[in-house]
Amino acid sequence: MTAVEIAADVRAGRRSAREVVEAHLETIAAREQEVHAFNLVLHADALGAADVIDRRVAAGDDPGPLAGVPIALKDNLATRGIPTTCGSRILDGWRPPYDATVVTRLREAGAVIVGKTNMDEFAMGSSTENSAFGPTRNPHDPSRVPGGSSGGSAAAVAAGFVPLALGSDTGGSIRQPAALCGVVGMKPTYGVVSRYGLVAFASSLDQIGPLAATVADAAALLEVIGGHDPLDSTSIAGPAPRVRGVLDDGVEGLRVGVVRELTGGLDPDVAARLNEAAAALAGAGAKVDDASVPSVGLGLSAYYLIATAEASSNLARYDGVRYGLRVDAEDVTAMYGATRAAGFGAEVKRRIMLGTYALSAGYYDAYYGQAQRVRTLLIRDFEAAYAQFDLLLSATSPTTAFPLGAKSDDPLAMYLSDVCTIPSNLAGHPAASVPFGTGDDGMPVGIQLYAPALGEPVLFRAAAALERSAPR
Amino acid sequence: MVDKPSLSRDDVVHVAVLARLVLTDAEIDEFTGQLAAVLEHAADVAALDTSGVPPTAHPLPLVNVLRDDVVRPSLDRDEVLAAAPAAESGRFKVPRILGDAP
Repeated sequence: MTAVEIAADVRAGRRSAREVVEAHLETIAAREQEVHAFNLVLHADALGAADVIDRRVAAGDDPGPLAGVPIALKDNLATRGIPTTCGSRILDGWRPPYDATVVTRLREAGAVIVGKTNMDEFAMGSSTENSAFGPTRNPHDPSRVPGGSSGGSAAAVAAGFVPLALGSDTGGSIRQPAALCGVVGMKPTYGVVSRYGLVAFASSLDQIGPLAATVADAAALLEVIGGHDPLDSTSIAGPAPRVRGVLDDGVEGLRVGVVRELTGGLDPDVAARLNEAAAALAGAGAKVDDASVPSVGLGLSAYYLIATAEASSNLARYDGVRYGLRVDAEDVTAMYGATRAAGFGAEVKRRIMLGTYALSAGYYDAYYGQAQRVRTLLIRDFEAAYAQFDLLLSATSPTTAFPLGAKSDDPLAMYLSDVCTIPSNLAGHPAASVPFGTGDDGMPVGIQLYAPALGEPVLFRAAAALERSAPR
Repeated sequence: MVDKPSLSRDDVVHVAVLARLVLTDAEIDEFTGQLAAVLEHAADVAALDTSGVPPTAHPLPLVNVLRDDVVRPSLDRDEVLAAAPAAESGRFKVPRILGDAP
């Protein structure tokens, strides 16, 4: 059942939230040991919340647009009194003293939080192998990765553990795992969803967004979590984008550009699905043509300088003083170093090192400053492309899901997984990955749609059309 | 691995001090090669002529966002301190921050 169907049934009293939640907890119990989508499953809390929903329905209340819908939260979203690890030993056992704004809004909408999902440590990775608590596996083939960093959320939706999940996307961490697991994943315009209570990785790039089995479910979730929040000073004024009402509008007359610079490095089977997706949109009435975003190829380098620079600053807070792990030492400086050495995994250390270097005296202009100028060039290129096109199209990931361990020893090869998703984060634009057939290995392929800032309505309109035309 | 790393082992040792990370010799060796490879890839950005291009620090044209200056509830101090590795007299407790007097 989809989230939209569950909510309709629960609100109408045709189905109890408890039976919905119990059924999903049974699915989790049957397969979670194999998949490891969760760092924590909240059995008792979820059943308690479901009972509250059912009592409200019985009393004639409307519990909200996601009434009784089970949802999983990436483990970098603060949940009051509930462990929030970010996949890191350095936060093992930490219980936040507050809820993230998205968590508050989900509770108010009647959603039932069933657990916290596994992730690459501090969202740094593209395979969910960088979790301190072990990797998540792809439900379509457990020998393969689910993508990352929101791999637990994508796997939870793909395995049918939950119809909805939240992830965070700094360079593709919602869209790439959604593609590799065969689900819908969407990164909103920067500022559409409050980051209050999202543990920061790279503050100018991070955005929370939905993962779901269907475009309609992702739309319903975005409408609940989006909209201005005074607790996030980078939150855009105004209500959440209205996207549920446009899903049947079709793509007749929309101008769709296939990003030429991102077609070169694709595996042949992924390239074939991209061509078929473009043809499908054309068949549905869109005007499809080649588009050029010349500086998109510089995005990967710019991203890994900007994101690591911001991360090196944001992760300075893990110092063994206020929360989380402390390794005692004779003085405070030695305590910082020993705590961070013991608490962070290899990829997090690597990125802190890279970001610290990019910001250090003598290198700031050559690396961080240059990367910020490339960001301007990329935004200008997108502006030029959107003068000609309503939407842009590319693959989400150059490959389908790869085997566990395949890229663990080569950070640069892993970073290249994100080449198609990074540009939207640098520009702050919305983008979505929609499942579109499979590769030669039978694994899911995701196709990515991009829209200009605050273009969520046209993005969802096209995503729904692409979903309708996808091979079954 | 690149032929001429743009980053030396000494650079890595220096950056680790700046980042407050105690690294093992094996980590220093590993990071020297891996970070040099990433920086080599980033040479495309470092070498670009960007004269006249302003930097973008943030995707939104933000100005300072201020809230009304009114008292409102904040986090409970005892609850916050309960999450700390060590606390005393309503404060976070840390190891000594200064050496012995000369």
